[in-house]
Amino acid sequence: MPDMARKTTSARKATVTALAWTVGFLIFFPVLWTFLTSFKTEGEAIAAPPSFLFFDWTVENYLTVNERSDYPRHFWNSVVISVGSTLLGVLIAIPAAWSLAFVPGRRTRDVLMWMLSTKMMPAVGVLVPMYLIFRDTGLLDTKSGLVGVLTLVNLPIIVWMLYTYFKEIPAEILEAARMDGASLRSEIIYVLAPMAVPGIASTILLNIILAWNEAFWTLNLAAAKAAPLTAFIASYSSPEGLFYAKLSAASTMAIAPILILGWFSQKQLVRGLTFGAVK
Amino acid sequence: MGRITLRNVSKRFGDVTVIPPINLEIEDGEFVVFVGPSGCGKSTLLRLIAGLEDVSGGVIEIDGVNATELPPARRGLAMVFQSYALYPHMSVRRNIAFPLKMAGMDPAEIARKVEAAAAVLNLTGYLDRRPGQLSGGQRQRVAIGRAIVREPKAFLFDEPLSNLDAALRVNMRLEISELHQTLKTTMIYVTHDQVEAMTMADKIVVVNQGRIEQVGSPLDLYRAPANLFVAGFIGSPKMNLIGGPEAARHGAVTMGLRPEHIDLSTSDGTWRGTVGISEHLGSDTFLRVQVEGLGMITVRTGGDSGLRHGDAVFLTPQPGRMHRFDADGKAMA
Repeated sequence: MPDMARKTTSARKATVTALAWTVGFLIFFPVLWTFLTSFKTEGEAIAAPPSFLFFDWTVENYLTVNERSDYPRHFWNSVVISVGSTLLGVLIAIPAAWSLAFVPGRRTRDVLMWMLSTKMMPAVGVLVPMYLIFRDTGLLDTKSGLVGVLTLVNLPIIVWMLYTYFKEIPAEILEAARMDGASLRSEIIYVLAPMAVPGIASTILLNIILAWNEAFWTLNLAAAKAAPLTAFIASYSSPEGLFYAKLSAASTMAIAPILILGWFSQKQLVRGLTFGAVK
Repeated sequence: MGRITLRNVSKRFGDVTVIPPINLEIEDGEFVVFVGPSGCGKSTLLRLIAGLEDVSGGVIEIDGVNATELPPARRGLAMVFQSYALYPHMSVRRNIAFPLKMAGMDPAEIARKVEAAAAVLNLTGYLDRRPGQLSGGQRQRVAIGRAIVREPKAFLFDEPLSNLDAALRVNMRLEISELHQTLKTTMIYVTHDQVEAMTMADKIVVVNQGRIEQVGSPLDLYRAPANLFVAGFIGSPKMNLIGGPEAARHGAVTMGLRPEHIDLSTSDGTWRGTVGISEHLGSDTFLRVQVEGLGMITVRTGGDSGLRHGDAVFLTPQPGRMHRFDADGKAMA
């Protein structure tokens, strides 16, 4: 009975709301816990049972972390690597996505699948050759090396996202531009790009976030000079044992900038991720 | 000038031949309609002329110049698309101005031309709106405006009215015909609607499975269809096609009789039948008559025939109005 399905009783609504909040809280909890732990002493951080809100709040961990490591340098490295690799990737991906979307050939779908398939391989599978190439070309522990490798890692996603956005633009509009005398350059500048701006913007945002959080390559190919915030966090997890409170403080400092960026651009991001799903 | 010549033009997509080599001559100032069922290749033919598709063989000449290899922008043609294909992020003014801007025209001159085109198309009050804020008919006018400001050698229309409702379609049909009267520019118009073809064309090109079945004026095609396909496609309701011994009696494999070329009587006639469904249009009534030995025959009669389902009637073909076709479906002299 279709009528029954549409009747939303207030009890049902409350259940769904509660469920949504529970799921949301579960996802958010690790971040919250890290944040709280960063204000505890090392002793309180590992206390059992743990205290939730009622402990002696201290900013000592932040002071120690700032004293022991160079946050601004790591931060700057993260910015250069994530923004650099994203912009480079978008620059390469726009023409690629253009031709895949508007001049499809018999193998277009295969090319797209092949690009995506590179994301299905575990990265560690190519770590040794990549490491050796980086060592022999002097790219180890350089920002340009990391920009390069993260561009390659995220390029399939960038091409796919842009391809999806471009696909939404009716080909007839571009043909109209061609009939109206537009060259390929004018067609892209005056017609395609303005129509694809929202898509390009969300692609850039999402990829900055992905690159910011990328830990495998940044940890393995950079140790000191070019190390971004992922290495900054990691440095509090191993050799001298685990320091949960300081690790949490470092993590909070590392994810704060991207969290803030994500917060302010969430509308754009949600639109980007669900683009094409609903008209 | 806008004289377009196709010589042995063909199109293949991979191994599939969409258009076998065809020849066609379009005179300057002519209103030519490509008509045929969906998927017959008429739009592809138009896109080949526009340059939006590359030909697989043959030569396209525009005003005597070989345009086969020219990009669309340099052929001097303007196109109006089925979906209007307006630039959604630009105002109506900038939409119409776009081709002139691409041509590098002086801004003052552009503004003057846009105003003039807008006045002709009743768009003056809408120049600063976006396409999304316009009705279907207005969008279509903007698309036409964008085409006329360029003063092209020829206009190409790709099923421009099929997204409009019936009443608007009749209006726009008249507007486009009037535009052709005013501009006297060559127009090539693609449609699947034979009524549009009959009412607008100087010359109709009937396309079927990529082949040109017949080229001629609307009345030529109506009076002397070259084959069964054209006979069945042109005219509404469809021509009655009768096979079997009755056709053989007239020396044909199939004979064709239009509904308007059959006399109806309740007392006597050549064939006897029973009235089935009748369609009342007010001015006319179309009766579906079941005739023994012939099958269902459609007959046109006056608006107030008074005949009802089940009535017995007699049908008589009008002399000299019969079409005869041979075993290949070709018209016989």
